[in-house]
Amino acid sequence: MSAGPWREAARALRADKGGVAALLVVALLVAAAIVGPALSPNDLETLDWTHVAADPGFAHAHWFGTDRLGRDLFVRTLEGARVSMAVGLLAGIVSLGLGLAFGAVAGYVGGRTDDLMMRFIEIMSGLPLIFFVIFLNVIFGRNPFALFFAIGAVGWLTTARIVRGQTLSIRRKEYIEAAIASGARTPRIILKHVVPNVIGPVIVYATLTVPQIILFESFLSFLGLGIQEPRASLGTLIAEGAGEMEAAPWMLLAPGLFLVALMVSLNIFGDGLRDAFGQRR
Amino acid sequence: MLRYFLRRLAGAIPTLFIIVTLSFFLVRVAPGGPFDEERSLPPEIAANLQRAYGLDQPIWTQYARYVRGVLHGDFGPSFRYKDFTVTELIAQGFPVTFELGSIAFGLALALGIPLGAFAALHRNSSAGYAAVSLATLGIAIPSFVLLPLLALLFGIYLRWLPVAGWEAGSIRHLALPVVALSLPPLAYIARLTRGGMLEVLGSPFIRTALSKGLPLRTVIARHALRPALVPVAGYLAPAVASIMTGSLVVESIAGLPGIGRYLVQGAINRDYTLVLGMVILYSALLIAMGLVVDLLYAWLDPRVRFGQ
Amino acid sequence: MNSAPARTATLCLESLRVSYTHAGSAIDAVRDVSLAVRAGECLGIVGESGAGKTQAFMAVMGLLASNARTGGSVRFEGEEILGLAPDALNRVRGSKLTMIFQDPMTSLTPHLKVGVQLAEVLVRHRGASWADAQRAALRALERVHVPAPARRLKQYPHELSGGMRQRVMIAMSLMCEPALLIADEPTSALDVTVQAQIVELLRALRLDSGLSIALISHDFGVVAGLADRVAVMYAGRIVESAHTALLLRGPRHPYTDLLLKCVPNLRAPRGARMPSLPGQPPAASAASRGCAFAPRCPRASDLCRAERPLLRGIEPESEVACHHPLEP
Repeated sequence: MSAGPWREAARALRADKGGVAALLVVALLVAAAIVGPALSPNDLETLDWTHVAADPGFAHAHWFGTDRLGRDLFVRTLEGARVSMAVGLLAGIVSLGLGLAFGAVAGYVGGRTDDLMMRFIEIMSGLPLIFFVIFLNVIFGRNPFALFFAIGAVGWLTTARIVRGQTLSIRRKEYIEAAIASGARTPRIILKHVVPNVIGPVIVYATLTVPQIILFESFLSFLGLGIQEPRASLGTLIAEGAGEMEAAPWMLLAPGLFLVALMVSLNIFGDGLRDAFGQRR
Repeated sequence: MLRYFLRRLAGAIPTLFIIVTLSFFLVRVAPGGPFDEERSLPPEIAANLQRAYGLDQPIWTQYARYVRGVLHGDFGPSFRYKDFTVTELIAQGFPVTFELGSIAFGLALALGIPLGAFAALHRNSSAGYAAVSLATLGIAIPSFVLLPLLALLFGIYLRWLPVAGWEAGSIRHLALPVVALSLPPLAYIARLTRGGMLEVLGSPFIRTALSKGLPLRTVIARHALRPALVPVAGYLAPAVASIMTGSLVVESIAGLPGIGRYLVQGAINRDYTLVLGMVILYSALLIAMGLVVDLLYAWLDPRVRFGQ
Repeated sequence: MNSAPARTATLCLESLRVSYTHAGSAIDAVRDVSLAVRAGECLGIVGESGAGKTQAFMAVMGLLASNARTGGSVRFEGEEILGLAPDALNRVRGSKLTMIFQDPMTSLTPHLKVGVQLAEVLVRHRGASWADAQRAALRALERVHVPAPARRLKQYPHELSGGMRQRVMIAMSLMCEPALLIADEPTSALDVTVQAQIVELLRALRLDSGLSIALISHDFGVVAGLADRVAVMYAGRIVESAHTALLLRGPRHPYTDLLLKCVPNLRAPRGARMPSLPGQPPAASAASRGCAFAPRCPRASDLCRAERPLLRGIEPESEVACHHPLEP
């Protein structure tokens, strides 16, 4: 893996003011989610009956206001953000792993297997993921593993396609033939030679996948198919907030604006990253 | 052209059939049944229920009955909404969802393409940058956040539009849901149009058209637009999928009596036939869209018609 | 250049400059070009790739990229057209002043029928109806000897061969009886046999209508068959110009001499080395003192490296920019 393209990309990235700004915003939001709740005098569960559905302010130490039950929205929102981000990261790794494995095998083995695997991907790409999730729900009920698996399924298709493309082009190269000739077995070849060379573009697309995953998880939670009580993600909070819009608008605005800020900056950063690597599609 | 279309149609039917079959068996494979949620029933009543819904028959018989039913437009009874068949539920809700979805789709195209073309033609001006930023925002902001925010702004603070609810034939009730639903595909279409246009404008045949003394608007409309829209054509089926997905949420927030809520409720209630019926319906729509897109490709680029 | 012929010239370029700024540095595609194409004559413009030949004429047609900067003057039939707004330029562009390009494969719009691409010129410039314009298109195709012209009108460009596409391009450029046709490497992308046909076609059309042609080419064979006069370009400037026959018999500029020697000679003995020009033309971004050709010139002297030679008339209708021109 040559260092050249990475350094060039890093330079292009630093020059892209929008992308850098977006990255800073993301870092800020993540830091807020991790550290924020500790800074607030309030905690997650306490019901403050004196300040129900309050607007944000400093006087009553509820910086984002409170919800219908008097729970502090600052802490609730940031805890929800934590859940969303954690799910995003973990499911992202699942998705990455799935896509990597699938694509590497398809690209390396080739032939009928490759054809079959690609047909499978084609059919899967046509179906909206939500149907798949709904199926899983109908079949397995509220199983957290099934949920994780479904969320991880976001984006693995694209990852698999890219990995397969890269693998196909690498397979022809001489050092692979040398490895085969020297008797190395297929899984070892895939692991030692194919994967390191494919990581580059995959990481770039991972930056696209993480916001998609966070979005999908929020979407599912919003519909009631996602994370279950007592844990709440941003999606759940937004659903609650949408229901109480007239009486307590900040129940919607706090998690809603946080999610929007996160999505927009992740998207802008992802665009910048792909531009830097010359892979804008 | 006709032969091309028929060939594609012939390929679509087996796909639909596979989807029906797979869905049927997957759903049956699931542990537990639709009545598990209820209080435990005395065994005779449970057996009666099983018989009434045909669940005591061997699986192949159930499958055959189901397929026969589907071919006649009968998706069976809803397990949850006891008084209704799935077909009745669909008939009630589909017109609303269809109206919502098709207006959103049309809007996304009608506004997205000009926005993208504008962004391409003014790429180095502030207006162009503004257009691009608008598109980026549209892609990033989820519709289930946008719609409540819009409802908050226009419904509660400004009081221009109703917050939720639906009346037959009322545009005011559809306005906010349509906007929220159409924005992500609109933004994406704008982006694709901009990219496609920029690429086409660098082509030799555009240089030829300009050298013929044709005004820019003619060159764009007659020579540049069709090839520039090829990426958009490729996005149409995913756009429909995205609108379908978005409608689930938009209908629930805005209180629209469409079929989206049936899919979600069906999932939560484990209502087999309802979910099955929904999936078949949505898949058929997507496949139909795919066919339309194929035809569109052939029109946009004549070389496709000749199998090149 | 004497001004008398220039005043009546169909096209007159005076000190034309074309440059681009990219990341802070300037790229001079055309440094200083003055030439004239008189009514009814064919002027050949020769030189290696990158010499600025195409850029100069893209400037004439107003087809330069938006970040290009121009200087000097371009007069077409007496009117200044350099820097004109597109609307004003479109009055002559495509009707009296037309251009055909090197790559017929990609120069026609793939999704429009041939008939439409021909007819729209007349619809635009003469206000003709589409029906009338299509009839005129048929006649135009006949004029350029495209077989089965009625069928071709309804076909798409990818259904035609390269040679036929180039004929269509020529027909397109002649729809409004132009005064000047700019032909940018019209045969370079075609087979040798087809090349000869296109050259023959252009010659016949010239005789037929008295059309002026500015023929850009790196191929002396094509130029020899068609041009009355030739201008040789190097590194964005004209280094020699003369009547074709004179130039071919006795080039004055060392560059022209070497170029001519590089034309493959079928009658040379087997095993003879093919002559080639050593080195590379200077990059468009490099500004140099002295003659741009000095690094590659077998006759270069210190004077050549220090001072750039100016274009001087040696004989009537002949000029050369060299401190040590060859003897005729």
